[in-house]
Amino acid sequence: MSGHSTYDFKNPVVRWFDERLPLVSMVRGQLVDFPTPRNLNYWWTFGGILATMLAIQLLTGIVLVMHYTPHAALAFDSVQQIMRDVNWGWLLRWMHANGAAFFFLAVYIHMFRGLYYGSYKAPREVLWMIGVLIFLVMMATAFMGYVLPWGQMSFWAAVVITNLFSAFPVIGEPLVQWLWGGFAVDNPTLQRFFSLHYLLPFVLVGLVILHIWALHVTGNNNPDGIEVKSEQDTLPFHPYYTMKDLFAIVVFLMVYLAFVFYSPWYMGHSINFVPGNPLVTPEHIVPEWYFLPFYAMLRAIPDKLGGVLVMFGSIVVLFFLPWLDRAKVKSLRYRPIARVFFWIFVLVGLTLGVAGSQPPEGAWLLVSRIATAWYFIHFLVILPLLGVIEKPKNVPGSITEAVLARGGH
Amino acid sequence: MSATYNETDISRRDFLYITTGVVGATGTALALWPFVDQMNPDASVLALASTEFDLAPLAEGQGVTIKWRGKPVFIRRRTKEEIEGAKKVPMSELKDPLARNANLPADAKATDENRLKDANGKFNEQYLVQIGICTHLGCVPLGEQGEYHGWFCPCHGSVYDTAGRIRKGPAPRNLDIPPFKYVSDTRIVIG
Repeated sequence: MSGHSTYDFKNPVVRWFDERLPLVSMVRGQLVDFPTPRNLNYWWTFGGILATMLAIQLLTGIVLVMHYTPHAALAFDSVQQIMRDVNWGWLLRWMHANGAAFFFLAVYIHMFRGLYYGSYKAPREVLWMIGVLIFLVMMATAFMGYVLPWGQMSFWAAVVITNLFSAFPVIGEPLVQWLWGGFAVDNPTLQRFFSLHYLLPFVLVGLVILHIWALHVTGNNNPDGIEVKSEQDTLPFHPYYTMKDLFAIVVFLMVYLAFVFYSPWYMGHSINFVPGNPLVTPEHIVPEWYFLPFYAMLRAIPDKLGGVLVMFGSIVVLFFLPWLDRAKVKSLRYRPIARVFFWIFVLVGLTLGVAGSQPPEGAWLLVSRIATAWYFIHFLVILPLLGVIEKPKNVPGSITEAVLARGGH
Repeated sequence: MSATYNETDISRRDFLYITTGVVGATGTALALWPFVDQMNPDASVLALASTEFDLAPLAEGQGVTIKWRGKPVFIRRRTKEEIEGAKKVPMSELKDPLARNANLPADAKATDENRLKDANGKFNEQYLVQIGICTHLGCVPLGEQGEYHGWFCPCHGSVYDTAGRIRKGPAPRNLDIPPFKYVSDTRIVIG
């Protein structure tokens, strides 16, 4: 990440090593002395929280694999064995299952933080786009992991999601059979999902490194959305933000572990305690809560291909966000109208989540249609338009000026 | 660059670069193919050919689900009302006008009769054989349910009639009819 060392290390061994591989310099430059805006609030701690969750998922996942059997006839029983027989197996599995949910909770907060403070705008477009890519890979990883216990909900999640690809004309049918390795979801499907579920987290690690690299090229955005102008605007990352992040991580882990220990199946579905059966679909199929908004969009459209395109489109549109939002001012602190629309958008997202958990009929169907339409209107109409018609409030000249004006220090 | 270069040298170089590049790219693509194709259904999956089924024990109004190629197949002995209900539907009311019967040409109309025919055009209007997979996203629909008392998919609300034709909801096609034939009046072979 950095070139030759600008540090002069006193310890001769460290100096000898650093002259040959400037690893110590890099860590110091990027994680200790890195100049960070002085006004970051707690919404900025979710990057650190996400890195922690990724580490927890990797660690618990690697040890779970030591006991899990990826075979259609054995997978369900091997998970039950982890729960009952393996030392601490119950803890590792609940940490992993709930860890996925809390990983998504953190990533959604992280993304909405970016939306509110305009963190996707120039010069951070690439940083944002890598983030969207991370979100996509996370979704694929979580979905394939959910299939592995091979309960009824696992099995039918695999059926419904792989069938999305059958919506494409001509290539749909062969594509789905290629994904399945057969004519239906079966053992070959489970085995490849297992392989990919093990691979993708390491792809995530690579993408996270790129994400942080891009972040350290441009520097952090901040709640005022003003670029750093002088050293006065910044603090060294350590100890100021290492400690702030650490505190937030501990609080977040407390909530996460409260679920792990006291209500580990709160977000699960009891039907997943029934082994997967290709002849019977459960009464009411719903994905995990973190996919519900997208599931609602899929079902809102009365056309198969249309539903699939809208669902994928809802992510694709995020890649273009840096160019759809025309406003120069980044932070919504200084954009009174955009701020109102932001909260409407949050409400629409939550509404889609609730609608996705309900059967697709009657009033809920209408609600998901309106909310789906608004999701796209927000990005494709409102944000481009606001850039032209909204008159932002006066933006302070620097971060320091903004902080002092609020009576801070 | 050296002064000895001339025009022919440059175009000769370009040709060599491009042909080398093309050979390299083609070779890489060919070498990738086994890694892509290994995911397609393997020989053991393809070998699961046919299943025989005895229709005689089925009572009127009874349906069973059997497994063929890992997929559920609905075999139903329909009641008089169900047959009448399916027959009287005008073609113009159907969302999908095609029979979707693997035993008939792709453009066969979705009449009740065409939904029943086997590979030799033989049929018994009581027996309906279909792949029990919703054409929307692959759930298994529930029998004797929904507005038309045919099939209803609990996942996303698709409604099929008593001939397995899509009538309401997001599914794009009628339920598929697998390749099958009557080996006697009461025995069929699927696949």
